[in-house]
Amino acid sequence: MNWIVQNLWLVPALPLLAAGLTALAKQPARRLAASLAIGSMVLAFFLSCAAFALTLRDPSARFTHNFDWFVLGETVLKLGWVLDPLTAAMLVMITFVGALIFIFSIGYMAHDGNFTRFFCFLSLFAAAMLGLVIANSLLLLFMCWEVVGFASYILIGFWFHKPSAAAAAKKAFITTRIGDVFFFLGILWLYAETGTLLFYDGGNGCLEQSALAKLVGQSTVIGMAVSTAIALLIFCGAIGKSGQVPLHVWLPDAMEGPTPVSALIHAATMVAAGVFLVARVYPLMEAVPASNMVFPAFNTVAAAMGHPNAPKELMNDTNVTALGKELGFRDGQGKTKPRPVKQGVTTALQAVTWIGAITALFAALVAVAQTDVKRILAYSTVSQLGFMFMGLGVGGVAVGMFHLLTHAFFKALLFLGAGSVIHGCHEEQDIRRMGGLRKFMPVTFATYAVGMMALSGVPLFFSGFWSKDEILHAAALWSPSKWPFLLGLCAAFLTACYMTRQMWFVFFAPRSSRGDETHSETPDESEPPHVGCYENNVPHENPPVMTLPLGILAACAVLLSVFGTPVWPWFHDYLSGHAAHPKASIEVSTLLVMMLSAVIALGGIALGWRFYSRRGPKTAEDPDPLEQKFPNAFATLRGKFFIDELYEMSVIRWNAACARACRWLDEAVWDNVVRAVSLLALGFSWVNKLLDDFVVNFGFDQGCRGLRLGAWLLSLWQNGQAQRYLRVIGLALTIGALFFIWGCK
Amino acid sequence: MTPLHYYLLLSALLFSIGLAGALARRNAIMVLIGVELMLNAANLNFIAFWRFSPNAEALQGVMFVLFSIAIAAAEAAVGLALIIAIYRHYKTANLDEADSMKG
Repeated sequence: MNWIVQNLWLVPALPLLAAGLTALAKQPARRLAASLAIGSMVLAFFLSCAAFALTLRDPSARFTHNFDWFVLGETVLKLGWVLDPLTAAMLVMITFVGALIFIFSIGYMAHDGNFTRFFCFLSLFAAAMLGLVIANSLLLLFMCWEVVGFASYILIGFWFHKPSAAAAAKKAFITTRIGDVFFFLGILWLYAETGTLLFYDGGNGCLEQSALAKLVGQSTVIGMAVSTAIALLIFCGAIGKSGQVPLHVWLPDAMEGPTPVSALIHAATMVAAGVFLVARVYPLMEAVPASNMVFPAFNTVAAAMGHPNAPKELMNDTNVTALGKELGFRDGQGKTKPRPVKQGVTTALQAVTWIGAITALFAALVAVAQTDVKRILAYSTVSQLGFMFMGLGVGGVAVGMFHLLTHAFFKALLFLGAGSVIHGCHEEQDIRRMGGLRKFMPVTFATYAVGMMALSGVPLFFSGFWSKDEILHAAALWSPSKWPFLLGLCAAFLTACYMTRQMWFVFFAPRSSRGDETHSETPDESEPPHVGCYENNVPHENPPVMTLPLGILAACAVLLSVFGTPVWPWFHDYLSGHAAHPKASIEVSTLLVMMLSAVIALGGIALGWRFYSRRGPKTAEDPDPLEQKFPNAFATLRGKFFIDELYEMSVIRWNAACARACRWLDEAVWDNVVRAVSLLALGFSWVNKLLDDFVVNFGFDQGCRGLRLGAWLLSLWQNGQAQRYLRVIGLALTIGALFFIWGCK
Repeated sequence: MTPLHYYLLLSALLFSIGLAGALARRNAIMVLIGVELMLNAANLNFIAFWRFSPNAEALQGVMFVLFSIAIAAAEAAVGLALIIAIYRHYKTANLDEADSMKG
């Protein structure tokens, strides 16, 4: 049974292998690169399904596999991987969506000269992301986290010849780094306190009972428990990666990358890594001080996520009451009593909730006024990530994670749809210059509409409705404050509005009115005028390699709703580790919130539709109707609340001044010091060389020269010819004879 | 009786011819012939000095020459064998081309 647990590392290793092989391939091999990437992804998908099946059998089980990484004296640094419902669900989602996006990329990147490099990077990203998901060590998770960030950097800057893309890549990398510094501090602190970074290690892991008890027992500045401080630091990393409010600025700019990258990395998977991280360290987030620790946290920590070795009797007797309450509640006996408030409303979770709620509303507001098709989706992603954090904060792991999974599918669908539109319109991204595309791209239109309705939360048949509803419901019952609930409602309303606006602009706006005016007067309506994005020829529907993934994703966006309805909260039960069972009845509050969110979503769509179909701009240059009504507010929204400008004025200017000072110091001071030292060394070596040549070695060198000359002269005789030797002998004889004769006289 | 210096002159002439041949000719066989001539000039000297010696009955000169001729025969055999070996190796008997032992 444990084959898949032992070999779970294969899931990230396969895409990594594909990336390596592609990188080593001798010349750009398009077919090889694409088939390696997709093949590895599909294989990883099957492995993930096997892992998923294993967790399905017993959702409460958690399998870990740890190994020593290296040994430093007494200290053993361990890494490992973990298989639990959270991991399995993420694995299946990433490999499935990833494989579809890879397939889509074949069509989207078909004309790109760097096709091979693209697939190499995508595979690298997938490997790191899967590694992040299976990691059982905060350290391993952090390493993968950084590789993921790096992959995001090289993919945003994939078209690095565009200055804007290069700048966006840099911005993304540096902004997320700010969060990562705090994340890293959190890791160090956690290691210093608990001495381990393994999440689950048979009772010794840092998310398990003994370590948590130790962490909550100590307090640090302003009376915070150490666990809270560490959780907040780790959450800072999640803020950076998931584009939450103070650090959200990089995510919209990241849309400079190719659209499949936006779909995979900046919508479906990587940006959700922050949410996943919070879900992974949830026991730390909800750990409450020891004094009132009647194991509300333990309810989730050990019983739900229950390690096989977790003490059973503890689970039983401490949770009987809580469980009984919950069951009674489910049967509708506790009518008036509010749902037993999650006692894990800790400072950390409150921070998560507030940041999420503010981000959700803020990004939804900004999205209303954007005109770039991908930028709207980017702000929508930021907003939905805010929803996920809110869900984590108010409702627990399952609430946030369900929205993460449904969002991954429909947002990938929307981005791929946007990619399809952009591709079909010859790289046009401005929604004001599109229009009427539903006739030209029927498949894209249909699937995009599904995605849009899922995102807006159209009731009953779309997954987004159920996941968002679950978040709103939990927020409505959140004890500390009702504001997150209201913020969430506003954000949901705005979501429906801006998606309708986008739909109208892209697919419904009158076609002939788009583009530049010189051609817009063409009277003949039947002939496609050469305007806007139809400069060269009419927009075309894309080949099946691009539309097929759209169709599959659209189907998933609808089908996923089955798993999260309040009637049969399968996903919730699966993640929290008990067997799924349909509920006999639904609470009144659930119904109320459901109806409220349905009204909100439909109202948003209706308002947007009425507003734009009546007063929508006739040409691309016409101002937006909202702009006519509220020029100041609209300018603020279009300027994204001028957050970028604020950062530009404050942090970046200061940083640039600092950098300039450093540069001046470097060039004027340190460089000259180095140069002086090197000149000194050069002078010494010259003196040394002269001494050597003319004093120390002079006599010896002369001797060598003389010896060589003599040897050369002697060697002239020895030319190997017998007669030369004979001649020498003859000459010597003659001379000898002459001497003899002379001597005799 | 022919005077001694006639023999010596003949012997010197023979030696010179042999030396000239050994130095000037390029063919190894001709060089060998020159060497043989010089050897025979020495033999002639032996015989001449023996004939004119005061004690001719001792046959010392004849003995020397006999040994010398025998050794010369052996030397010629060895020399020819060497020349054949050289010829086989270099495909020529020209001494100028057999110079692989130069320093």
